[in-house]
Amino acid sequence: MAAFILKRLLQAVFVVLAVTLIVSFAIRLSGDPAVMMVGGAGSVTEQDLQNIRQSLGLERPFIVQYLSFLQGIVVGDFGKSFMGGTPVSQLIGRALPSTLLLAFASLITSIVLSVPLGVYAAVKRGQWQDQTIRILSLVGLSFPNFWLAIMMVLFFSIMLGLLPPSGMEGPQSFIMPALTMAIILTATNVRLVRTSMLETLSQQYIMVARSKGLKDWVVLYKHALRNSAIPLVTYIGLQFGGLIGGLVIVERVFNWPGMGTLAFDAIAARDYPVLQGTITVLALFIIFINIVIDIAYGLIDPRIRTE
Amino acid sequence: MSDNTPNLKSSHQPLLSVRSLSVEFGAGFKAVKDVSFDVEPGKTLAVVGESGSGKSVTSLAIMRLTDYTGGRIVGGEVMFRPAQGEAIDLTKASDDTLRSIRGNDIAMIFQEPMTSLNPVFTIGNQIAETLVLHERLNARDARLRAKELLQKVRLPDAERLLDRYPHQLSGGMRQRVMIAMALACNPKLLIADEPTTALDVTIQAQILNIIRDLQQEMGTAVIFITHDMGVVAEMADDVVVMWKGEKVEQAPVRDIFAAPQHPYTRALLSAVPRLGSLQGQPLPKRTPVMVMDGGEPRLVGETHVQNTADYAKPLLQVDKLTTRFDVGKTFLGRVTHRVHAVEEVSFDIYPGETLALVGESGSGKSTIGRTLQQLVEPTSGTVRFDGRDMAAMSHGDRRRLRQEIQYIFQDPFASLDPRHTVGYSIAEPIVVHGLIRDRKAIEKRVHELLEHVGLQPQHAKRYPHEFSGGQRQRVCIARALASDPRLIIADESVSALDVSIQAQIVNLLMELQERRHLSYLFITHDMAVVEKISHRVAVMYLGQIVELGTRQAIFENPQHSYTRKLLSAVPIADPQRERAKMRIEGEIPSPVRPVGQEPAIHRMREVGPGHWVAVEADALRGAA
Repeated sequence: MAAFILKRLLQAVFVVLAVTLIVSFAIRLSGDPAVMMVGGAGSVTEQDLQNIRQSLGLERPFIVQYLSFLQGIVVGDFGKSFMGGTPVSQLIGRALPSTLLLAFASLITSIVLSVPLGVYAAVKRGQWQDQTIRILSLVGLSFPNFWLAIMMVLFFSIMLGLLPPSGMEGPQSFIMPALTMAIILTATNVRLVRTSMLETLSQQYIMVARSKGLKDWVVLYKHALRNSAIPLVTYIGLQFGGLIGGLVIVERVFNWPGMGTLAFDAIAARDYPVLQGTITVLALFIIFINIVIDIAYGLIDPRIRTE
Repeated sequence: MSDNTPNLKSSHQPLLSVRSLSVEFGAGFKAVKDVSFDVEPGKTLAVVGESGSGKSVTSLAIMRLTDYTGGRIVGGEVMFRPAQGEAIDLTKASDDTLRSIRGNDIAMIFQEPMTSLNPVFTIGNQIAETLVLHERLNARDARLRAKELLQKVRLPDAERLLDRYPHQLSGGMRQRVMIAMALACNPKLLIADEPTTALDVTIQAQILNIIRDLQQEMGTAVIFITHDMGVVAEMADDVVVMWKGEKVEQAPVRDIFAAPQHPYTRALLSAVPRLGSLQGQPLPKRTPVMVMDGGEPRLVGETHVQNTADYAKPLLQVDKLTTRFDVGKTFLGRVTHRVHAVEEVSFDIYPGETLALVGESGSGKSTIGRTLQQLVEPTSGTVRFDGRDMAAMSHGDRRRLRQEIQYIFQDPFASLDPRHTVGYSIAEPIVVHGLIRDRKAIEKRVHELLEHVGLQPQHAKRYPHEFSGGQRQRVCIARALASDPRLIIADESVSALDVSIQAQIVNLLMELQERRHLSYLFITHDMAVVEKISHRVAVMYLGQIVELGTRQAIFENPQHSYTRKLLSAVPIADPQRERAKMRIEGEIPSPVRPVGQEPAIHRMREVGPGHWVAVEADALRGAA
């Protein structure tokens, strides 16, 4: 186990290096923060811009800038924002919890919805209940998340006035952003649970469980579900990357003060330190989730544990 | 059906009475038609038949488990008399009633021990589950009872076993766990669906003994579903023969074997390979097989002594062949364990000869086949084909060797590409080895090959799923013949087939041997088939040959204790014979060893002309 975690941590170092290198390099191709800061006003001289660059440390060669950024990461210092000079770690400290809350809320909602629906569809394979669930899931898959988000605001906030349209003002604020993400996740997860359950239900040990006289729900939720969980757990791990990506857009629509909004604003302003910091933290987080998932495999299936 | 009125002579009533049962699948496919039989308390009823005869569906239908496989009981009744109360018709019982009977009054053991235990729960958990459910025991008492049950099926170290997972157990151990689980609540009726088919013969003998002993001890009635007439002869009181979904015959076991009435029963019994049937005959012999043609049995084939072997010069010489696989690595990639699959094995095969390589799982017999076919690299040793060392051959020569040595696998369905016509599959080796270039000529050759294996030329355009299992194996043989090989390695090639098909394929292989002067390396665990087909036999145990000799020497004068054990474990299809008293105990040890711990190589001594036996003091650590 220790060897396994050590191995994964080593991998994590390489992933972080690769991700930060690409992000740092790419953002520098896209525009000059000095120009963004002065708002493109015509009265600024080249000398003024030069001074701003110098004060931000941007006149140094790229590799020097990148190495000093890495040096900072090691001690937990992501530098200061170009806009207002707030330490990046402080900005992330504020944004990360609200994003994680949203991410986990949507994930849990999706699991709570997709597992029973998927199991039910598998049991009713080929019948109208199964068809209905599959069609609904296809519909869910076809929605772009931003469109779904806007429709929800229109319906629940503007027409019905039930939910706050944006911001983070209390528990009700969670419902729409979390639901938007959850619907899209559920659409794929239902299919995954269904397929995986169908495979498991055809196994002989399920017939054995039935021959023991167990109740249907014990057979389904005790004997079959745990054997079907591996693909679902794998997929949830993969989904996390996409989930974070999706959150950038959903956070935008609902004006949610999270990592997505932070990263989005940083790109718009060419705020290098904030963007690098956000991406690094998100990458670390996704790596962490995947290590947790690898450990979860062993908990679910003893055959993986002994390897 | 009027011939099934309950037996009036017995004073007690049957435990289970199946009356005119019919089961349908999908849109009107009747898998079971109008089947009736009774099971007396404490007795064993064998239901025999080939694949597709409806015997398994019948067994599932009794507990209404067909509900979960898309089957519908469309007629008849299943009257079951529980410990208390009146007889119940299970076909009309409520789900609650059924659940209270399943696992409690009627329990079931399934065919595949490898897949019938849930991989994610411990053994203890899975046995205790039934006890908690039906006997309302608390967790502690259930665990205690589970331990007793494991001891009852003679599993050593029961306490530790409770916390183990199925994948940590061998197939034989898992099947015992399955039996323990089935017997947990003292069922009145045990349904065993091919419970030993997937097991090695020595393990099969142990499991049959356990079932028989526990049945006597607990007074359980057993329905034993099987295709193996040897098992029937050893286990059954009464026999029901099923054919194409119908019961064609029912009689006490002695009468079935002594005077089979229905033509199908006669055909079935005539096809059963019988150990000892060639006693006193030095060479293998082809004998006609009775097959069902329409509703009538017909004799196919001829009697012919297989005097094909030519002992002048060996075709294949294997000398001190060793094949090991690395398993288990440390964090830094250092090998910690190795599978010692084959250890210093030597044998020759002569032109026109069949050498049988017999042994149980893990004996290394299949690894030898794969090494000869160059699918696996040997660790050391030499293989000479036609006098030339395989290791010294050029790349091109090795390719040519692949054409001369062909392989027929066990599973005829898995070894044919489902997306290509069988004609394409047969033509492939011809094209790959560039034997014939002209398309018309290839087509003609494919048609010839199909005719050689007893199929029609027009079958070339069909796909594998359009054939039966036996026909598919014929296609595989045609494919193996396509490159005009001199040696064919047949790895359990007839093991998965029904007996009558098996007998026909064995005859076909022997006929082809004579016609084309082929040599066979016949790899199998089935001693009865070995006796029929082989000129010489090599018995393998844990990667080494323990006995090698002519067929007659091995079967009539076995010297090594493992050979004797193997022969005595084979169920004999003769109910007159006294039922196996011999206790066979113990698992087959694992060929996986830590690095540095090499197995001892045992010396061979010659006990008769060409009859070699391993010196037992050298090897067989804890085997016999």
